[in-house]
Amino acid sequence: MDSASGVSDTPHPASPTRSGGRAHLLHELHEVQQRLRHVPRQAICDVAARLDLPISQVESVVDFYSFFHRTPRGRYDILLSTCTSCGHMHGEDDLMQMLGSRLGAEAGQTRADGQLSLGSTSCIGMCDQGPALLVNGLPLTRVDARRLDKLAELIEAGTPIADWPEEWFSIDDQVRQPGLLLDSPWQDGAAIRASLQMGAEAMLAEISRSGLRGRGGAGFGTGMKWQFCRQANGGERYVVCNADEGEPGTFKDRVLLASHADMLCEGMTVCAHVIGAHQGFIYLRGEYRYLLPALQEMLGRRRETGLLGPDILGQHGFSFDIDIIVGAGAYICGEESALIESLEEKRGIPRIRPPFPVTHGYLGQPTVINNVETLVAAAAIAFHGAEWFAAQGTDHSKGSKLLSISGDCAAPGIYEFPFGVSIRHILDDCRAEDVQAVQVGGPSGTLIGPTEFERHLAFEDLATGGSLMVYGRQRDLLAIIRNFAHFFAHESCGFCTPCRVGTSLLKNALDKVGWGHGTHYDVEDIRRLAALVKRRSHCGLGHTAPNPILDVLQRFPQVIEERLAQSGFEPYFDLDASLEEARVLAHRNDAEAHLP
Amino acid sequence: MSGKGKGGTISIDGREIPFAAGQTIMDAALAAGIYIPHLCHKPGLTPHGSCRLCTVEVNGRNAAACTQPAADDQSIDSDTVALNEVRKTIIQMLFIEGNHLCPSCEKSGDCTLQAVAYYLGMLDGHFPQFFPRREVDASHPDIVLDRDRCILCEQCVRASREIDGKDVFAISGRGIQASLIVNAPSGRLADTDIAVTDVAAHICPVGAILIKGRGFDVPIGQRIFDVHGVSDTARERLPLEKSRHIDDE
Repeated sequence: MDSASGVSDTPHPASPTRSGGRAHLLHELHEVQQRLRHVPRQAICDVAARLDLPISQVESVVDFYSFFHRTPRGRYDILLSTCTSCGHMHGEDDLMQMLGSRLGAEAGQTRADGQLSLGSTSCIGMCDQGPALLVNGLPLTRVDARRLDKLAELIEAGTPIADWPEEWFSIDDQVRQPGLLLDSPWQDGAAIRASLQMGAEAMLAEISRSGLRGRGGAGFGTGMKWQFCRQANGGERYVVCNADEGEPGTFKDRVLLASHADMLCEGMTVCAHVIGAHQGFIYLRGEYRYLLPALQEMLGRRRETGLLGPDILGQHGFSFDIDIIVGAGAYICGEESALIESLEEKRGIPRIRPPFPVTHGYLGQPTVINNVETLVAAAAIAFHGAEWFAAQGTDHSKGSKLLSISGDCAAPGIYEFPFGVSIRHILDDCRAEDVQAVQVGGPSGTLIGPTEFERHLAFEDLATGGSLMVYGRQRDLLAIIRNFAHFFAHESCGFCTPCRVGTSLLKNALDKVGWGHGTHYDVEDIRRLAALVKRRSHCGLGHTAPNPILDVLQRFPQVIEERLAQSGFEPYFDLDASLEEARVLAHRNDAEAHLP
Repeated sequence: MSGKGKGGTISIDGREIPFAAGQTIMDAALAAGIYIPHLCHKPGLTPHGSCRLCTVEVNGRNAAACTQPAADDQSIDSDTVALNEVRKTIIQMLFIEGNHLCPSCEKSGDCTLQAVAYYLGMLDGHFPQFFPRREVDASHPDIVLDRDRCILCEQCVRASREIDGKDVFAISGRGIQASLIVNAPSGRLADTDIAVTDVAAHICPVGAILIKGRGFDVPIGQRIFDVHGVSDTARERLPLEKSRHIDDE
């Protein structure tokens, strides 16, 4: 690290080295970004030479991921979350503006003296203890006006981050209501032992019988996925844990990774036993890099106790190990085929499917990709049996679901409910009052109002990856969906035309409505465009990006209607403001120089 | 997926056409002389599926014809008023996200984007222009890269890799910031190993990659799409072969 920076003895965990082989491109670039505070062209060429990759591939990766920069960031690199739950809009306060004015910095800019950069980033998964920000990559939670003052002082004094108050960086699990999974007794090695005793085929049958479906939101049968992979032709097989929890409002994987990582590893190992894999990966989102030391310690301990590595639990020939690859700020990498591209050191562009990862995944080989919660549940099923799991839930949604509840409620945090629970029940438990709307499953999910609170959480009714954001009566729903539209435009990978251009057009159109210049004509255009993006895009991001807009148009039309201008046409720009330069040049500012 | 290892027939707009094992809907359509509007697709290159102009309805479900494997029992809607309206909107998106000034563009008349826009009856950009600032790279003695016109179809990326055996082009960045870059330490075209004889130097369907010193050699009025319709599928037979090098045996 650059000792001249004074603050760069940042306790930002270094990337893990991989078992055998060279460093991963994302890790190399992170190291450069940390050391030089940006990734200059020379470094791109050096990294390309070292890793034997085309320069253009390294350059394209640098420009794809949000946490790599081509121009130097400040010694303190501050990114405030934009999430509606852990973001910088805190009631009436805009923490971005407050911090900017305290420090004489502008959002999106690096201060002239190079001391700090101020910017924004998509949800960092601290929604139950927001507002939150990343400072040099480390999450800092519960930022209020007072903490902001103190933070500004420390920055102006050049205090190293290592000397900042420790409690600022403390992150609570905040499990409010444990259930089937979180309450189940656990013994390290028990699930693997069960799998070895039953045999791979019987264990696969057990997982299938449990009815476990993917917890990321899509709900594909886990047993079926493992079976497809087991049956696929291929040399090596891989198990990948999708720990790229990026859906705004989701933070349950953060808690599983922090406090139940052994179960996760065990789930991966059982999967490896079933499909015949020797190598696994945990793809950890860059925002959760702070969890790395504990995760690596856990992997090391498991290797020492024979739960990872060669001849696991003495079973001759059963070898399996896990590497952690850390992302660098890209929501799209939560899409399984984009995640694989990222693992392969490329931009996170979703692949064309078919073929699917179960037959052509990592390096073209059969690959199982499961969400963190799915793998934890698989471990518990291996240990406690299919009946234990299937006793909870509904016919089509067995077991329980972990929910990350945030927003306008008295008790945000982690809740585990049996599938089939009603939204009303959930709202009562988290003590949410006077609720205007609930965003189920994050921005890509469904926005519902009070008339639908009797609906149930289940794949056959309201599906969710685990995000549940509560919006009280005082919230401006237009501001919420504008926030989401900005999020999707920022996170679109840019591969296909409908999503690349469409998400930006939708963002601009909603902003126009927000500024009071939207017309009925614009709303019809928004509706048409939203339908096109939803139906014609390449992947799930595009298919779901327009959901919040369509939900508001259908369920809360007045939110848009009451903002509309009553003229037939309004331009996208302010005509009068556009004449300002001409007025300055003509030294005029009289009434005649303005439009009526 | 059915049809593994054997062909069969599919129906496009009510017309039964045969397909061979491994063909996509686009392959089968082109072979049968049926035009499905497309920009990123080029026979001979790996299908890409990014422009989404070839969006069709397969048994009522959306698919890109260029990447969707043909399979028995597919009933496909393509040349319908509603789908052509969708395609027109996609073309408008491509126009407004870049800087496309047809009257002053050397590619006018030879430009597939322009031709498809005419074909679909596009009369305006409909959406507000983005007017992005993009860099022109005129460093190479023979070839100019005008990113204002790039539609990110990656034909040059694929042609360089798959036909020229090089790796000159790539797409960088994310979302609306995505842009065409070249593989060189300086980031300039002059410092890549591209040659004016490369297929990648000639394949651009718009005016983003142009050969220098060839301004309006062919007069307006006698250009490709002045003579041929874009829907003339026979036109696709442009040979995708690297010209022989003088040292080749």
